[in-house]
Amino acid sequence: MTTRTQPAEPLVIPPGTTLPGRARQAAPRRREGPAKLTGTALYTDDIVVPGAWFGATIRATDARARFVALDLDPSFDWSKVVVVTAADIPGENIVNSIQADQPILVPVGGEIQHHAEPLALLAAADRSTLREARRRVVVRTEPLPPVFDPAASQHVFASYRIEAGEVDAAMAAADFVLVGEYRVGHQEQLYIENNAMIAVPTEGGGVTVTGSLQCPYYLHGALKRGLALSDEAARVVQAETGGGFGGKEEFPSVIGLHAALLARKAQRPVRMIYERHEDIAATTKRHPAIIHHRTGVTREGRLVAQDIEIVMDGGAYCTLTPVVLSRGALHAGGPYRCPNVRIRARATRTNTPPNGAFRGFGAPQTEFAAETHLNRIAEQLGISPLDIRRRNVYRPGDTTPTGQELRTSVAGEEVLERAAEAAEFTRLRERTANARGQRGGTGASPGGPPDPAPAPPAVLRSEPERVATGIGLALAWHGAGFTGSGEVKLASVASLELTGEGRIRILTASTEMGQGTKTIFPQLVGEALGVSEADIEVAPQDTAFVPDSGPTVASRTAMVVGGLLIQAAERLRETVESASGGSFAATFEDYARARGATRIDQRFEPYPGGTPFDDSTYTGDAYPAFGWAACVARVDVDLDTGEVHVIDVVAADDVGRVIHPVLAEGQVEGGTLQAVGYATIEEIKLRDGRYLNDRLATYIIPTALDAPRISTILVEAPFDGAPHGAKGIGELPMDVGAPAVVAAIADATGVWIADLPASPERILAGLSGRPELAPLRPGASEPGA
Amino acid sequence: MTTFRFRVNGAPAEVDVPGMRRLLDVLREDLALTGTKEGCGEGECGACTVLVDGAPVDSCLVPVCQVGGTEIRTVEGLAAPSAPGDGPAALEPLQAAFLETGGAQCGICTPGMLMAGRAYLDSGGGPDDAAIREAIAGNLCRCTGYTKIVEAIALVAGAAR
Repeated sequence: MTTRTQPAEPLVIPPGTTLPGRARQAAPRRREGPAKLTGTALYTDDIVVPGAWFGATIRATDARARFVALDLDPSFDWSKVVVVTAADIPGENIVNSIQADQPILVPVGGEIQHHAEPLALLAAADRSTLREARRRVVVRTEPLPPVFDPAASQHVFASYRIEAGEVDAAMAAADFVLVGEYRVGHQEQLYIENNAMIAVPTEGGGVTVTGSLQCPYYLHGALKRGLALSDEAARVVQAETGGGFGGKEEFPSVIGLHAALLARKAQRPVRMIYERHEDIAATTKRHPAIIHHRTGVTREGRLVAQDIEIVMDGGAYCTLTPVVLSRGALHAGGPYRCPNVRIRARATRTNTPPNGAFRGFGAPQTEFAAETHLNRIAEQLGISPLDIRRRNVYRPGDTTPTGQELRTSVAGEEVLERAAEAAEFTRLRERTANARGQRGGTGASPGGPPDPAPAPPAVLRSEPERVATGIGLALAWHGAGFTGSGEVKLASVASLELTGEGRIRILTASTEMGQGTKTIFPQLVGEALGVSEADIEVAPQDTAFVPDSGPTVASRTAMVVGGLLIQAAERLRETVESASGGSFAATFEDYARARGATRIDQRFEPYPGGTPFDDSTYTGDAYPAFGWAACVARVDVDLDTGEVHVIDVVAADDVGRVIHPVLAEGQVEGGTLQAVGYATIEEIKLRDGRYLNDRLATYIIPTALDAPRISTILVEAPFDGAPHGAKGIGELPMDVGAPAVVAAIADATGVWIADLPASPERILAGLSGRPELAPLRPGASEPGA
Repeated sequence: MTTFRFRVNGAPAEVDVPGMRRLLDVLREDLALTGTKEGCGEGECGACTVLVDGAPVDSCLVPVCQVGGTEIRTVEGLAAPSAPGDGPAALEPLQAAFLETGGAQCGICTPGMLMAGRAYLDSGGGPDDAAIREAIAGNLCRCTGYTKIVEAIALVAGAAR
């Protein structure tokens, strides 16, 4: 047993309050807030670069084909335009990532793998010339047979197997076994600022790329490999970034390389600013998935065996798919104790645009399946959704399927009880159950036999007659930071500098994209040094100046990089105080003037304790700690139109330590609404591998009117491996919202939606007892099969 | 090319451009007012919202020929201007409320959201949740879940009573 250095009882923090001994100062206002609020913050497209040309991408229009030729209309004056093809790539024609499979541009003679694949690049001095040039390019191809079914695809990007106990024997001995199949589709990140990059050639053949991005060093690595540049010749600068959500994790490598190649050939700056249509059509999405569950339980609803099979659709190239799949698999059983577990996961190639990072990173897909399946088990056994979770949720001392013992910071039970109590779950659920009983009629369950279809009503009923209210509950866990040995391999460095002029400066590559990095880092450092956060500067995210503190992903910034900064601050404080004999705050300015600049580079060291993760056997500690989230959603469902309105949501999230209550609530509220969109309206429809709704007029996200009232409860169960106890927050709410909404829809209607989103057509298909009316995605089993 | 004259944030402006040039491009490129953002170019997201004679419009859908003689307000016109070297501009109440409540995260929807909120307040809108949501329904935000934006507008509307 390790000794807990933090209070055992998680605390509930009312919004806006500060705790004695933690926040000595009131939470500061968002640091870059005034610039954003006055319109002076410079996003990529706001940056004026004299003499810059405009860049564009020539894309494939086949899902799969041989690229035969690129014909340039000889009647057009091509001297006004720069054309870049694969032949112009000085380095490797590879978008640097996990696998070396994605070309920067498909070479003539090469194989096109998806309909939006980049084939050539154009740049011109003005937009009208560029537009005209695009029209004078003809792409010739020979079509090849595409693959759209991820279950049938033989090209496997990654596969994992997690096994604990004796699944088959336990399943055979279980009192009750439920089988279910769950499906989720693409989801677009839909940051409001499209992908954008400006590349400027530098002396000696180098390039500086400024853009909207999450991970400066990802693009830096991509530029070095694709353009054969040295560390110094490739420079990446983050502009103000208008949202990321994972969509600006790996894709900036593609658009950044394109801008850089054009700038290099044109020998002048080039702007690559996507319009919304191109951004939706060509950039990464959340992975679609098909997830089978076979679960054995006791009569009392205790889990005895879980057999789970996951197929994720990677799209045409590997991107980050192996890591997304890994996180999906590790979270697939949900936050529940089960002695016998088998999880088989694979991700395959289809001829659709590559899928990639999106908030939650594989976990929202598999936890939607796990939670919906558990809710159905509860229904079948006549146990309340709250009680079945109370009986199974992980408690301290429990062991996960990878053999990880959950020692500290285990708060599943707390978030569950807090959310259920605040939402009055039990009382309201009795009321909705009574109302459903009075209405009569149930729908169909996934995989169940179709009920005979009732006659549709001749006229629309009045609103009170046709609107049914339901309440639903879900619980989730989310591994904090990188999976397995990821943080050790990254070996991130965060630096703190006391300049000769006595200024304190934070140096990291961790980006601000709205979540609050630039506000919380000075808070953490200020507290550790005993000075005001306002006295601490944050260096720009520019690879020429800041060390590689790792990517701004995986909810790791506050926990991992924030922890490194606190350690660096403690070292700096000790250095100054041992020399000066006074407090840091009173002496650092004199110290700096007398001794010159001091810089502390803090490198990540593995968190103490635990069992190292073994990537070959998928055993050990998959994450240093887990965050926990519970969500109760209430919905109104229109039984005649199938329309769902999510009325309100109570979200309880354990984040370890709340650094800034307002920013933390903002993460929960925003993530919850993205989950509500995922559950109800966000859907990409495809035909022949092409997205049909690739515009903001047709891919819809929730407006202020669609958004529920969201109440946030922040729970603190500190992670004792990090100096401040924080575990990360960004992704937690994304895991838990969709299954809560789907459970609420089932509570209102009796229909279990097993295929996200819960669109009107799926709900009406369920209400009419004919789930086959709603189209299935490729690879899904037929109902009842 | 035609000459169009109008007022932007209280100052006269004159541009020589084709009449069908988008007001958004005139503001951003001809007048260097890049506070107004483009999110979709088809009137869905509201990031480019500006006020034309007090009414919120999507400036990506408005050709400049329609705004001759009007008074246009953009996000740059909200804060009290500061003299050179005078430090940051003084935030107007709605901007201050956004900062206080956390209504701005990534900030890209914020200029449009502020203009929609300002129009709502100027037309006498109160702190009612549903009315505020209706007023900003044409402005998409992907970060906040709208909670703190609604709170910010309600704060100013309530204080005015």
